[in-house]
Amino acid sequence: MKTIEILSGLGVLALLAEIFRFKKFLLPIVVVGLLGAIGAAVYDWNTNIHYYHNMLTFDNYALLFSIVICGTALLWFLSAQNFFSEETSITDHYGLTLFALVGAVIIVSYSNMVMLFLGIEILSIPLYVLAGSKKENLSSNEASLKYFLMGAFATGFLLFGIALLYGAFGSFDLNRIAAILLPPMPSQARPGDAQWLLISGGIIFMLIGLSFKASVVPFHFWAPDVYQGSPTQVTAFMASIVKTAAFAAFLRLFITCFANLGSVWSNLVWVIAAITILLGNITAVYQSSVKRMLAYSSISHAGYLMLAILAMNNLSAGAVLYYAAAYSVATIASFTVLAIIEGQNSNGDGHVTFENFNGLAKKNPFLAFAMTTAMLSLAGIPPLAGFFGKYYLFSATLQSGYIWIVLIAVLGSLIGVYYYFKVIIAMYFSSTTSGTENQNEVEISFLQVFVLLLCILLSLALGLFPDLVIRLL
Amino acid sequence: MITAILIFFPLLTGLLVFVTNNEQARKIAFASAIVELGITIFALVKFVHGPDPQFVLDISWIQSIGIHFHVAMDGISILLVLLTNVLVPLIILSSFNRNINNGNSFYALILLMQMALVGVFTAMDGFLFYIFWELALIPIWFICLLWGGENRARITFKFFVYTLAGSLLMLVALIYVYLQTNDATLGHVGVVRTFDIQALYSAGANLSSAEQTWIFWAMFIAFAIKMPVFPFHTWQPDTYVTAPTQGTMLLAGIMLKMGTYGLIRWLLPIVPLGVHHWGTTAIILSVISILYASVIAIMQKDFKRLIAYSSIAHVGLISAGIFSLTIQGLQGGLMQMLAHGINVVGLFFVADILFNRTKTREIAQLGGIRNVAPTFATLFMIVMLASVALPITNGFVGEFLLLNGLFQYDVYAAGFAGLSVILGAVYMLRAYQRTMLGEINPLTSTFTDLTFNEKAVLIPIVILIFVTGVYPKPLIDIAEPALQNIVNLIQQTNLL
Repeated sequence: MKTIEILSGLGVLALLAEIFRFKKFLLPIVVVGLLGAIGAAVYDWNTNIHYYHNMLTFDNYALLFSIVICGTALLWFLSAQNFFSEETSITDHYGLTLFALVGAVIIVSYSNMVMLFLGIEILSIPLYVLAGSKKENLSSNEASLKYFLMGAFATGFLLFGIALLYGAFGSFDLNRIAAILLPPMPSQARPGDAQWLLISGGIIFMLIGLSFKASVVPFHFWAPDVYQGSPTQVTAFMASIVKTAAFAAFLRLFITCFANLGSVWSNLVWVIAAITILLGNITAVYQSSVKRMLAYSSISHAGYLMLAILAMNNLSAGAVLYYAAAYSVATIASFTVLAIIEGQNSNGDGHVTFENFNGLAKKNPFLAFAMTTAMLSLAGIPPLAGFFGKYYLFSATLQSGYIWIVLIAVLGSLIGVYYYFKVIIAMYFSSTTSGTENQNEVEISFLQVFVLLLCILLSLALGLFPDLVIRLL
Repeated sequence: MITAILIFFPLLTGLLVFVTNNEQARKIAFASAIVELGITIFALVKFVHGPDPQFVLDISWIQSIGIHFHVAMDGISILLVLLTNVLVPLIILSSFNRNINNGNSFYALILLMQMALVGVFTAMDGFLFYIFWELALIPIWFICLLWGGENRARITFKFFVYTLAGSLLMLVALIYVYLQTNDATLGHVGVVRTFDIQALYSAGANLSSAEQTWIFWAMFIAFAIKMPVFPFHTWQPDTYVTAPTQGTMLLAGIMLKMGTYGLIRWLLPIVPLGVHHWGTTAIILSVISILYASVIAIMQKDFKRLIAYSSIAHVGLISAGIFSLTIQGLQGGLMQMLAHGINVVGLFFVADILFNRTKTREIAQLGGIRNVAPTFATLFMIVMLASVALPITNGFVGEFLLLNGLFQYDVYAAGFAGLSVILGAVYMLRAYQRTMLGEINPLTSTFTDLTFNEKAVLIPIVILIFVTGVYPKPLIDIAEPALQNIVNLIQQTNLL
């Protein structure tokens, strides 16, 4: 709860900065604030406090995901300084991202479906604006509009699902619903009768609504365009923080309430996970734009995360937490490098192809190394964090007895290697295309070096000592 | 503790090499490899004859899921570690006269590779084994990608995807077996799982026949790709030809043995029933591999490609011998792994010398080199004869034992596999005859004899060929108890 308070306070402060002219000090303030938010979450460890009549519950699950979200946000703020300097509305951007973070923390800590809805809206609305923050750019505007329309559509599904479940249970409270659904289930809730229809309909509608938010196939159409059109830093925010929060919310709902109703949703989730992994990976192979490739790769990672929901056992929560952390670190690193490359090739349309990475290893070995680490981690090569993330997901899924879906996921990872390695090969193998202006050294700021270094170290440390994270849940 | 030193010493020196400049890099790398060899020999001297793993280091790594950093060496491991650490200095030495750009990265990657290989051969924890197995892939991929020949991006990528596909299948199989383990020794409440090798052995052996079947195939494909065995071999010839010589040496000399080692250490004892049902199929694939690769080798015009195919034929025989499940078959497999490692490094170095002086790998364009470079021709002949398994060379010991083991399993399999010796003699002797004997042509007339550095590589190889060929008993004895253990494990299960 303190985390939410601190983040909201920071958001308001950011807006005040415009009036009281301390814009320059905003970054240090935000960094200190986020550290404070993380500290507050650590301080509340093991307390399990309920707020506002069980609207929010800060159990360890919520605290850990809050820490991951704030930590990722910290990396993001440090890496995305270009985003805050090139436009005039610095304070708006700070304010909006901080409010989005509040939404993210709410949806990892809700224990009432109303709060889930509110949190998703608080998270989404600033993002609709941020996606369109390149006001002059057509594709940025398109991204914003598309994101908004699809987001509103998804929220509709979510609300409809919540309403149906309210009809069935007479409550929004997760714990109360869970108590009703505990075996033995109420006698009237059997396949075929009216209440069963409400429950299964509600679950499926909520599943669809959340799938939209998590950009899972077949509800992913918006993601590639929005990811590509938005400013790269905003895409990084969406791909890391929003995805982490969405899956934390997803899992929280299903593991608390619907774990016993696997017969309703497990086949559906199986199919969704399988097609997400395959379609995300296969489509990514055919992209020429690196940003769009990362968008599809992010869809495929959503598919892997769906495995944890399918598995629905004691390993799921830890697997999602670890995977989200590993994936966020790698995503922030890769988008930071992408943003730097984008800045170098300022042809305006923000279309960075694989060729733009050619010969990067010669021009800036550090940047190439950071990108390589990120790509290897995303591809799931040991001993980097991404590998252990996959390992935990696979073993959770196998433990629940699903073998085929794990084999499909393995196939997906293999396809993934193709496009991640395309970047590495371009950086180390291909020489720079002659005649282009990008022969000069690639310049990076001190903060970016710091963030990338931190990402490399985190990827390695998480990979070598995964117990540090996984034991917490 | 020695095992851990053997693993981490190359990593540390590798990092050191990475930050030095090119000229120092190769010296430090070579010194490191020599020290590593010294440590290995020290371990060999300290090694107590017996079946148990020694020099154990077992610390908990990822406690919550029962993963240990558990390394140790028994007779099988120590021989393969020895092979690795004998070959790496030779491989580094073989590059001394070659001009290598960014030498610091090159040698750092070789040392990193050495670390991963030693790790693979000493890991006694399934998960750790997998980590090292994957870790070995990254440096060799970069070596092939950055210093390889034409088309390297496409070819090395194929190599990477093939091997990764296999390893991921193996990972799924390992996790599946892991989920059946229960580590009672930890005394926790509830089920505590472990990747410990013994626990995996017993958990695997208790699986049903159907489960063992798919685990067998998942793991067999992983190892078959690495070796490689027909029909999983298509990545190999191109990769061997494209890779820089040192990369090829690492691939064929040592990395290939990861596959055959995996069969002995992980596949056979974990799924004995699966091996019982599908071993014959594996032998048939291996024998096809032998005949197919030998015939292709006979047709090859490119010398490096010929060695690549001969390597497939040799490894096919090793694999067939291992699946005979006899002690002779396993011993022969191990001896042939050592012999093949040494011989193939020698052969690839010969190919490198030929290419370096004449700028061609076409056998037909060469000839008469013996007239101008007699030392080279003599040493080449010895390596070549070892490769076709002439008695008193190291190749003979392994092949004899392998065919002996295979004969006990099935006469026809042994008969077909035995053709490899004849066919091998055909392509090897022909290649020798066409390159070394005959008339001098303008291309070969300027051929200079070996330099000091080149002799320093080939002469130790020749000495090793004779020493292990004439008196292989110590090597066989070291590994015998550990191999016997594995044969017992399989036979126990088959009796049940």
